Amino acid sequence: MSEIPGDLKFNKSHEWARVEDDGLVRVGISDHAQDQLGDLVYVELPEIGASVTAGNAAAVVESVKAASDVYSPVSGEVVEVNELLNDKPETINEDAYGEGWIFTVRISDRAELDQLLDAKAYEELIENEDH
Amino acid sequence: MTEKTVLNATHRALGARMVDFGGWDMPINYGSQIEEHHAVRRDAGMFDVSHMTVIDLHGARTRDFLRHLLANSVDKLKLHGKALYSCMLNEQGGVIDDLIVYFLGDAFYRLVVNAATRAKDLAWIEKQAQAFGVEVKERPEFAMIAVQGPNARAKVLGLLHEVDRPRIEKLGKFAAAAAQGPHGMPLFVARTGYTGEDGFEIIVPAEHAVALWEALAAAGVAPAGLGARDTLRLEAGMNLYGQDMDETVSPWEANLGWTVALDEGRDFIGRAALEAQKAAGVPRVMVGLVLDEKGVLRHGQKVLTANGEGEILSGSFAPTLEKAVAFARIPAGEPGAVRVDIRGRELPVRLVKYPFVRDGKPCEGI
Repeated sequence: MSEIPGDLKFNKSHEWARVEDDGLVRVGISDHAQDQLGDLVYVELPEIGASVTAGNAAAVVESVKAASDVYSPVSGEVVEVNELLNDKPETINEDAYGEGWIFTVRISDRAELDQLLDAKAYEELIENEDH
Repeated sequence: MTEKTVLNATHRALGARMVDFGGWDMPINYGSQIEEHHAVRRDAGMFDVSHMTVIDLHGARTRDFLRHLLANSVDKLKLHGKALYSCMLNEQGGVIDDLIVYFLGDAFYRLVVNAATRAKDLAWIEKQAQAFGVEVKERPEFAMIAVQGPNARAKVLGLLHEVDRPRIEKLGKFAAAAAQGPHGMPLFVARTGYTGEDGFEIIVPAEHAVALWEALAAAGVAPAGLGARDTLRLEAGMNLYGQDMDETVSPWEANLGWTVALDEGRDFIGRAALEAQKAAGVPRVMVGLVLDEKGVLRHGQKVLTANGEGEILSGSFAPTLEKAVAFARIPAGEPGAVRVDIRGRELPVRLVKYPFVRDGKPCEGI
């Protein structure tokens, strides 16, 4: 499993958030999550302009096995979605923290970022889950 | 308490993701379910199916017993080694289990039944067998490996004792024979499967199973998990017990009418109920669905038809077709434009005849 980039913050439900240089927050699912789900075959993206709330379902990822909600780590407006996933959902399996991002949010309350786990805390969480 | 097959440590050493499957700790995949699916469609893959239950039946009246127990007719089995797929029904015509029966001798038949239904199957079979004086003997000392794919037979043949090769090579579909495997291990080789590909299902004494698995791997057979087995059998149009049929469903409602033999004068369990249902009209039918839009059909999704609601039974993304397919049970009659409710959205689906895939290729109209 790939190392967790230090600039990411995490939901306990395995989504990541990264604050980009322009202040937008990019969202995806963790490498651990994609590994648990197995081969992804479909991603239901949110609509651009949709408002999302921290902790609520914003997208759906489907593997051969099952459909899983993607809970937004932050609240705000969806400004960009990763259209690449429409044709290549497996990109999430291949590069969960990079090319496999799902959507970006114009965050409405930056304080929400402080509620998220940092990379180290998330690593501990999944280690405990495995036992 | 979770049960383990004799290959459990082998799966773990290969890095398999293990899941509970009907009380058994089994590999769902060894990395990529889709790659394992393609390996079986294009070359050869192997599955540990040792969790399945082997039951041997002995006794002079075994054939009479099976004529009573099974909805399909063992009278179709003329030659030693021939196999038959059948439902075992209750008095109401509901399916207790589906199974394969092998004709191994005039007083010797072998059943292979599902793992999840083991206890109730054994109880039912033992109860019915008493009147026929048939001995019912479970064979937990056997493991089972299914080797499937266009190159599966050739790869297995290469591992057999030279003396056995021509005979096993000529083995017809749905027939079985004994042969010697690597290091002289005794094998029961059946040309059967659950993937829609050619291949063998091999019953082997548990103490030789790891050596057989390793010999198959060395011959280029890819380990495949139960995840791939499920998408392969769905594409091949094969039912899964517990999902596509159970004790509340008759074979007519599960597209298994072809396995019911209403032969003259044979009084099998459930026959009266089946004939009554046929005469009155079967209320529900099982159909194949294809979703051409993006999305995945899943067990439990609601199916909307002109005659009311139905339900998806088995449904999945089909790797060979790169779209979702499913079995559904819907009210009988002209269904009109059929839709499936996926998370509150109604998506149009096509009703098709299945199998969806045969011998590695999509079937016509899929």
